[in-house]
Parts: sequence; structure tokens; C-alpha cells
Amino acid sequence: MHHTPSGLSVPGPSRRTLLRGIGGAAALGAAAPLLSACGDSDSGSDAKTVTLGSNSSDAVPKKAFAEIYAAFTKKTGIKVDVNTKDHNTFQEQINSYLQGTPDDVFTWFAGYRMQFFAGKGLASPIDDVWAKIGGNFPDAMKQLSKGADGKYYFVPLYTYPWAMFYRKSVFKENGYEVPTTWAQFIALCKQMKADGLVPIAFGDKDAWPALGTFDQINFRTNGYDFHTELMAGKASWTDAKVRATFDNWAEILPYHQEGSTGRTWQDAAQTLVSKKAGMYLLGTFVGQQFTNATDREDLDFFAFPEIDPSFGQDTVEAPTDGFMLSKSPKNKAGSVQLLEYLGTPEAEQIYLKSDPNVVAASTTADTSSYSALQKKAYEMISGAKSLTQFMDRDSRPDFTSTVMQPALQKFIRDPKGIDSLLSSIERQKKTIFASS
Amino acid sequence: MSTFDSNPMVPGAAAEPPPGGAVTSSSPQRLKPPQGHKRLLTRKDRVALGFMAGLPTVLHIALVWVTALASVALAFTTWDGIGFGSIKWVGLQNFRELFDSNPQFWPAVQHNVIWFVVLILIPTPLGLFLAVQLDKNIRFSRVYQTAFFLPVVVSMAVIGFVWQLIYNPDTGLINSLIGANKPGHYIDWIGDPDLNLWAILVAAAWRHTGYMMILYLAGLKGVDPSLREASSLDGANEWQTFKNVIFPTLRPTNTIVLVVTIIESLRAFDLVYVFNGGAQGTELLSILVTNNIIGESSRIGYGSAIAVVLLLISLVVIIPYLVSTFRKERRA
Repeated sequence: MHHTPSGLSVPGPSRRTLLRGIGGAAALGAAAPLLSACGDSDSGSDAKTVTLGSNSSDAVPKKAFAEIYAAFTKKTGIKVDVNTKDHNTFQEQINSYLQGTPDDVFTWFAGYRMQFFAGKGLASPIDDVWAKIGGNFPDAMKQLSKGADGKYYFVPLYTYPWAMFYRKSVFKENGYEVPTTWAQFIALCKQMKADGLVPIAFGDKDAWPALGTFDQINFRTNGYDFHTELMAGKASWTDAKVRATFDNWAEILPYHQEGSTGRTWQDAAQTLVSKKAGMYLLGTFVGQQFTNATDREDLDFFAFPEIDPSFGQDTVEAPTDGFMLSKSPKNKAGSVQLLEYLGTPEAEQIYLKSDPNVVAASTTADTSSYSALQKKAYEMISGAKSLTQFMDRDSRPDFTSTVMQPALQKFIRDPKGIDSLLSSIERQKKTIFASS
Repeated sequence: MSTFDSNPMVPGAAAEPPPGGAVTSSSPQRLKPPQGHKRLLTRKDRVALGFMAGLPTVLHIALVWVTALASVALAFTTWDGIGFGSIKWVGLQNFRELFDSNPQFWPAVQHNVIWFVVLILIPTPLGLFLAVQLDKNIRFSRVYQTAFFLPVVVSMAVIGFVWQLIYNPDTGLINSLIGANKPGHYIDWIGDPDLNLWAILVAAAWRHTGYMMILYLAGLKGVDPSLREASSLDGANEWQTFKNVIFPTLRPTNTIVLVVTIIESLRAFDLVYVFNGGAQGTELLSILVTNNIIGESSRIGYGSAIAVVLLLISLVVIIPYLVSTFRKERRA
């Protein structure tokens, strides 16, 4: 369950989420027959209702989404019938869900994960929607919303960057400067260690956070193009370039928090909150752990430092969440209207009011209500030359979850065994990418 | 689990004819007058009986045999779970890949074996010891029984969750007590592959002890008190009585314990899955199956191949047991 990697609201099982998960599992058992029953009875297609499958089971986003749908109903008179499932369950069942009787519209992620289902014919192209909303989005977002066939399949709602987070007060007290190059970064790590701080907080118990570290180091070392090729299974993991990435990683690994494979990201974030750690590489959702308002204001971030000057800091990892249209929606016209609405700045602003950890995917959304952190995140994303999603969204989920997650945990524990590890990854990659 | 738990009871019950079969098979011979037979089973009865026997059979075939055989067949294919058209026959490729290039497979097999060895060596004798003590009708016997049995009642997932809190490297009970939660002193009970399996086995043994205790306690209650009396009249001390009289009469219980422990070690899953998701050091076959099949990854063919390996191991263990049980039945 907590295995489902990546992403904003997929934190591993904290005390709370586990309990919630148990509840969710129980609810799921009860809901399964109900859902199939729904599918049958709903088929008398009602032109005034659009069904929507949602994975936003957490209270805050759930409410925010409900407000968006209410605003849509008010505007068009079309009702949105929301079917919310536990976040992890939704993700794990997505295959059978989309093959069965899915809702007209469903929440999903941009990138390879979206293209995969589009390629399998489990989603409908929505070029007609994009004809209307295209002007609201920057080119990078448009690119993210297209399937491999060049058609649009996805309407992005919000996004958030991965970056190095730190506390302004800690940097001020110790006179640290934000590093922009690799040499400065290493020097800062050394300095922090000498000052008795854990330079880089790290928790990889749930196995996905290390994927984010790899992404950053890899596209800084080898650039966006090579990174995408590697993710797509085209480039080889035994390439010297990949080895260079791991060499760089091994260089900063001693500055990472010890015992990381037994620590959740929430616990790691707490060391940043309590000023025991100097920096932490994560998505902006790290802000969830800063519950105190003054701590929250003290939180800041910088882009992962440049490694190869020819690539600079041009790539930003910005996972994007949004909506897709299922293969044969019962109310196509209504669904298209809903997707068009979801692509407007108006809908995004309703959502952002409730979740201060993300920014709107659209460039036309009003940024005046943004916090300083959101403004910075927004600038970082809109200024990026290329956007990546996250390893498990950019590559095959079966490859990342069954091969990369255990492999990177192994690397963190034993960086010296990298050569045999890489050839093992490459061997497994070949068979996985060869199948279908 | 429920099927496994009831199975071991078969040898005890085997002396009497199974109650379910008695009605259909032996009734014609027992009831000599043919009209009596007619009177006993009317048409309605037969329909009801056919329905009662037929429905479970259909369900059993559909839910157990068809799915098991389908899983075996899928082990020779690749399938992403999307549409039956995408099933591709690949022969033994999944198995070759599993044995040659999956870095988690052999450790997983090894861990399943370690799991069994540890469970049989530590909690099983401990459970027997506790059972013998509790069988002496000491004061508060019920309280102790409840206390030791409680972990068995609690779900495995909850046990995993609780122990994960105890082992947490930063805020857990153990590291806080021994001061191992500071940089430079970390003991990573959950992530360190040299430690985590043993850490989990402590939790598993904690539960298994209670389970074994109840099984042995039930066995001890069935020991004829006259045996004890006779051995004490013969001048045997307590240990001699146990070794030479009581323990040999516990043989049926020992068989059950062995089978239960084997099954427990093969089906070990929930505890580890909650504890650390089967990270390096704690890989188990059941977790590999789950990681490959469930979720978005959907390597159904590959996952099935691992499941087939697990099935084969189970068969290797279970078949000798069944053969010996049936042989005993035939003798009786």
C-alpha cells in the first residue's frame, strides 16, 4: 500500500495514514460491490450529470475539489457525481478501474503514466478541449499533456517543484550562502557537518524519495535529453554517463542523514523543522510538516546546484496532477465542458486557496494570493527550459517499483557495489521494456 | 489461513467416519429395506442436497482450482493486465529471468527458510514451555493465557505497525532507551539488511509463541491424567514424566505445530509489508509476488511465476505430510 511511490499526497504510512489506510481498506471491501452496482444503474445516461473518479481522498484537497465542481455546476447546470477512492487504492487499481466501467472523467498524473494508458486506448483524446484552453498554458505544460501520438489526453490542474529546502534562520545564523555550483554545494555540506548539523536530511524507507535524488543528480550531470532517454528505456544504465551520476551521488552520500532506509520522509522532514538538519531535497509538500506558521515562513528552497555548466539549472522536476477522459464516457459533451472548465485559471484558483503547497499549472492564473514560497515555486517552474515529472511518472511504473526502488536503496547502503548494481538494473530493464 | 488451521485436525478426526460423507455414501448399505431409502431422501431432499453439495463445489472449482491453474498458466506468459489480447506466451523466460537476474529472488527464498528455522527453534519450544507451566493450574493461569495469546488475536498488520514504532531509528523505543538515535550512533533496525530480518523475527516470534502455547495447551489438556499418575507412582520426577510420558503423547500436536509453522513461514507477508515493505534484507517470496502483480506495475506473468515457485515449495512440504496422514488413516 505505502509502496505506491512518488507524488504529492502519497506519503508513506505515517501513523495517521496507516490508520486511514486500514479504514480505507475496510471501506473498499464494502464499496466494491456497490461500485459495480453503480456502473449498471447509472448507464441510463443523464445529460445533466458527469461522473468523476477521484483519488483525492485527503480531507483538504477533497473539499477543494468539491468547491471546483460546485462552481462548475453553478455555471453550467451540469452535476458532477464524484466517486472518491483512497489515494493509494485508486492508483493500485487503475488498471482494472479503467478497463471496467470507469467514470467519465478521472484524476491522474502527467507524463509517462498518462501516455501509457492513452497508448492502451483506455483514455479518449481531448484535442477539442485544448482548442479552447490551450492559451492558458505554457508550452512545457502542453508537452506534458500530450500522448505519444501527439494528441492531447490530459488537463493539468496544479504542479509543484522538487528542490533543496532549508530554513532561512539556520542559513542566516551560520552565515551560509545558497550554493549554485557543485563545488559550493560540497563546501557547504562540509561546513554544516563541521557545525554539527546533518547537512542533508534523508528518509528512504518508502523507497521513492531516492528516485527524486537520482533524477536531480542525473539531469544536472547528463542533461534533460539523456535523462528522458534513460527513463524511456532507450539509453543504457551501464553507460558511463549513468556511472558519473552515481559517482556524484556517492560524493554527497556521506553528508546525507544516516539510517535513511529505516526513516520515513516525514521523520526526515522533522529534522529540518527542528533545525537539526541543514537541507532537504523534496517536493514542496515538505511544507505539510511545517505546522507552525512561523516555522513555515522560515522555510525556503533553492534549485539543485549546477553540476555540468552546459546544462546549468535548466531542468526542473515538477510533477503535475490533473484530469483525463475515460475511453467511452457516458456523457461526452458534459465531460468536455467539465474538462474545459478545469483548464481555466478560475478552477485552479479555487483549488489553490486550500492547498498552499502547490502552484497552478496555468500561467494565466492569478498569482497575487500566492505565498512567497508559492511565488518562488511558480517562477522556478515557469522559468524552466524542461520539466520532468518524477522517475515513477516518467518511466514504466513496473520498472521503477520492482527494479529501481530496491536498487537505489541498495546503492544508498552500499555505494561501492555500483557496477554490479548497474548491470543488474540494465539486465532487468531489458526484459521489462521488451515486454509489451 | 482458516483452511490450513482446520486441516491439521484431520488425523484426530480420522478415527470416526467423516460426518458429511456418512449421509450419502453409507446410507444405502445401512438401511436395508429399499423403501426406507426412498422415504429418507425425497426428491426435494435430493434437490436440496445436490444444491448444497453442488454450489460449494462450483465455487470451490471456480475460486480455487480455476484461479490456481490460471495463475500457473500465466506464469509462462507476459501480461500487463490490460485486455486478454495482450497476453503473450513466453515459455520459461519468466523463470529464467527470475533465477538469473532478479537480485531479490534468492534472498527471498533464503529469508523464507530462515523464517521457518527461527520459528521452529525459538518460539515453538518457548510456547511448549509456557503451555506446560500453564497446564499445572497455577494461580492466574487464565490471565497468563490471555496475555500470551493476545498477540495472536491482533492482526499481523497491526503487529508490524506497533513494532515499527518500537524500532523507529529516530523516535523508537529501543533507540531512545539506548541512546542510538543520534548521528554517529544510529542503529537502523528497519533499514539495515543485516539487522532488519532479525528485528522482524522478534516480532514474529513474539506472536508465534502465543500461537504455539495454545496448540500445546490444547494437546496437554488431552493427555490422560492416569498416565501422569502412573508415572509418578513409578517414581519418575517431573522432567522424566514430561520427557518419557507426556511429550510422546503430544505427537499429533507436534505434527500440527510443524505444519502450522511451515505454513506461517511461507505465508509470512503482512508483518513485513507493514514493517518496511520488504526492503533489502527482508525480501520474501510473498512480497515479491505482491509487488509484481498488485499496483500499477502489473507484471502479472512474472508475478505468477514467483507464485508458482512458492506453490511448488509448499507442495514439497505439504505432500509428505498428506501422504503420511493418509497412510495412517488407511491403517486405522
